[in-house]
Amino acid sequence: MPELGSSRAMDTFPRLLFYHAQTRGEKTAMREKDLGIWQSWSWSDVAEHVRAVACGLAEMGFQRGDNLAIVGDNRPRLYMTMAAVQCLGGVPVPLYQDAVANEMLFVLQDAGIRFALVEDQEQVDKLLELKDQLPRLEHIVYDDARGMRHYNQPFIHDIEELMAMGRIHNQNHPGFLDGEVAKGAAGDIGVMLYTSGTTGKPKGVCLTHHAFISAAKGGAEFDRLTADEDILSYLPMAWVGDHLFSFAQAMVTGFTINCPESGETVMTDLREIGPTYYFAPPRVFENLLTQVMIRMEDASPLKQKMFHFFMKVARRSGAEILDGKPVPFADRLLYALGNLFVFGPLKNVLGMSRIRVAYTAGAAIGPDLFRFYRSIGINLKQLYGQTETCAYVCLQPDGEIKFDSVGKPAPGVEVKIADNGEILVKGPMLLKEYYKRPDATAESINAEGYFMTGDAGFFDDEGHLKIIDRAKDVGRLANGAMFAPNYIENKLKFFQHIKEAVVFGANRETVTAFINIDIGAVGNWAERRGIAYSGYTDLTARQEVYGLIQECVEQVNAELVAEGMLADSQVHRFLILHKELDPDDDELTRTRKVRRGFVAEKYAVLIDALYSGKQTQFIETQVKFEDGRTGKVAADLQIRDAKTFPVLRQAA
Amino acid sequence: MSGRKIGDVILDLQNISLRFGGVKALTNISFDVREHEIRAIIGPNGAGKSSMLNVINGVYHPQEGRINFHGEERRRMEPHMAAKQGISRTFQNIALFKGMSVLDNVMTGRITKMKANFLEQAIRIGRAGREEIEHRKKVEEVIDFLEIQHIRKTPVGRLPYGLQKRVELARALAAEPTMLLLDEPMAGMNVEEKQDMCRFILDVNDQFGTTIVLIEHDMGVVMDISDRVVVLDYGKKIGDGTPDEVRNNQEVISAYLGVAH
Repeated sequence: MPELGSSRAMDTFPRLLFYHAQTRGEKTAMREKDLGIWQSWSWSDVAEHVRAVACGLAEMGFQRGDNLAIVGDNRPRLYMTMAAVQCLGGVPVPLYQDAVANEMLFVLQDAGIRFALVEDQEQVDKLLELKDQLPRLEHIVYDDARGMRHYNQPFIHDIEELMAMGRIHNQNHPGFLDGEVAKGAAGDIGVMLYTSGTTGKPKGVCLTHHAFISAAKGGAEFDRLTADEDILSYLPMAWVGDHLFSFAQAMVTGFTINCPESGETVMTDLREIGPTYYFAPPRVFENLLTQVMIRMEDASPLKQKMFHFFMKVARRSGAEILDGKPVPFADRLLYALGNLFVFGPLKNVLGMSRIRVAYTAGAAIGPDLFRFYRSIGINLKQLYGQTETCAYVCLQPDGEIKFDSVGKPAPGVEVKIADNGEILVKGPMLLKEYYKRPDATAESINAEGYFMTGDAGFFDDEGHLKIIDRAKDVGRLANGAMFAPNYIENKLKFFQHIKEAVVFGANRETVTAFINIDIGAVGNWAERRGIAYSGYTDLTARQEVYGLIQECVEQVNAELVAEGMLADSQVHRFLILHKELDPDDDELTRTRKVRRGFVAEKYAVLIDALYSGKQTQFIETQVKFEDGRTGKVAADLQIRDAKTFPVLRQAA
Repeated sequence: MSGRKIGDVILDLQNISLRFGGVKALTNISFDVREHEIRAIIGPNGAGKSSMLNVINGVYHPQEGRINFHGEERRRMEPHMAAKQGISRTFQNIALFKGMSVLDNVMTGRITKMKANFLEQAIRIGRAGREEIEHRKKVEEVIDFLEIQHIRKTPVGRLPYGLQKRVELARALAAEPTMLLLDEPMAGMNVEEKQDMCRFILDVNDQFGTTIVLIEHDMGVVMDISDRVVVLDYGKKIGDGTPDEVRNNQEVISAYLGVAH
């Protein structure tokens, strides 16, 4: 890794790129599978291409400060164009490639796009559809010429044409590009990434070279990344994580990025490349595990036995071995055998044999899933960050992995918990501003320069950050202790027998809960025990089922009490609902989030019962069937007390 | 379709009659195919569409009539000779090697272009190795063109029907044909698969200038993508012309919709 901080020469991405090209130009910078063969570009190749693209853009009239839209799958020349734009002091704006034309319109207008680089005909067509609404759009450059023969519009160009133009420009003005690169400053905007805009319009997050270089460098040092890492670049270029891993860290450490052949070949390409550094959202890890399990069920009995035997060993000691904790010698021996027969081949099939560090983020990952990967020896970790912080706030240090925390503040990052529980962060990786939105910028960065994440969390005793909820959902118990309903519900939902949970407690003495059982899992469980039941409502009322759920609730209580801050949120009483919460009955949103207020109102009589100490409560509810008819479900619900644990008050 | 120019007649069939014993499959049919065009043959079940294709392909030999291909009167010939002349085809009921991978299946499309003999290929000496690389390159281009990279190594038998059809098209394309015969390329497909197939057929025609003769049941598809249409019914030609002409042809309408008695 080049010595950053020390020399001023390495403070923008173009400077880093030309540094690699000069000092280790023959090393591989990028690979792409094309026509069945992995093609490589060395750092000098990349530098040459970037120079050609940059000069070509300049020739076409690209100005310092212009924004250039990039739309497409992860392709080497799309990454190169990012660097080329930065060379000229412009700002690349990657867009989500699977967005339909109308979704792109807002961003293209907001960013005042004059130049767009797109992958192929599909994307060109989208832009042409919007052309009338984009008076500022002057040039569209495409990367893949397939199907483009009949597009004669003068403003559409092949990237080859652009580069040819650039090469001539470079010959005629040899010092031009170096001069442009020299004009760049670390504080310039390096890239603009749009937030997804789940609430309101998307906002352009302006991030400087300095921010991304600091984040990339901090992360690389934290995980001791070297120039020999291989990474598969397959997540959308518009997403902050891809920009950090595939662009910023590759530029900072000089490792190799690998672009898959197409979206559908990612699994094959993963196996062929065998990355050493890997990122995937929890969903991907879950799908992989499901595939493995399904295939194991079809395996011969001997193989199945072997698999289950060694997985038991792995569950017992795999994660501990990975963390370097003491493990009995016999287990170590068994684990080594398991590695030979099961884990090794399994990792090979998954394309994960060479992984040194793997990260996941973006959603809560189930503890079983997380432990599975760690137990077979894959160093899977979690991180926390958002677009506004270059996806760089907290990282899990090797050897200190907890499935329910996102790790410790990353090097150079200051994390503070506000009085309302909101996580505030400060550091070099913060956004400069929201594009043309001073109001939003002012709202999200407070007077002391902290970015307000909108997430609520707390530090545990070992200094690990736990994310509990969106800050606006967090309330207080009557005694003033923090109450984070989502956090408790998630804990409950991690049990396979619990499908949905709704907890109450804001401004009350204690916390109580409604539980929805998972009919598949609990039904299966009941069948294996020979428990007869006639239907959902009947099953929910069985004493055995209450016992099962009670165990889950008490386990959650034990976990909560161990977490100090949330010890007061232990669930004192709970009941199992007689019907499933359903979007058709307006109890859930279409994306299956609980509509807390509505549920509390609809089942007010049950909440009263929970807090009044009653043992049973009669309830009759109207349900809507799929064909629109309505019916009634009535039941006498039992209410159980769950065991709680004494709260140890910490001496102040 | 601005870039494509329809050329002269390259295949001319005149007064073709084909009999199997006493059954008349085709009776006195004449039509022609022009270079670079998409020519459709339609008709109800048993109209003689596949027989017509098999005549062009050299599988069946008509008892009467003349076939002129590229200005040459065709004598009795076998399908492999048709292949050598640049005619490739796909089949109504997929005819792939089910146990072999997609890649290997498509490679078989190159067989007429291979010069190395059986022995050289078996032990991979001399020109066989060099040739294989060359052919593989061509095959990869086809795989890329039809977007089937993700199933390159998958045995064909494991693929869904729509993809198998696409692999068959890939094999036909690997032979770099000048004329492509497609026997119901869209039969049994869902709407999305049909759309994909249409796009590929148009792309092949546009990009490589390949002349395409296709049989299809789905009238909507035929009318959308073909330049000219021949309509057969009970082995006789009852219509010939542009999609619009055919659509308004009274005889065609009766054949398809039935007539009031």
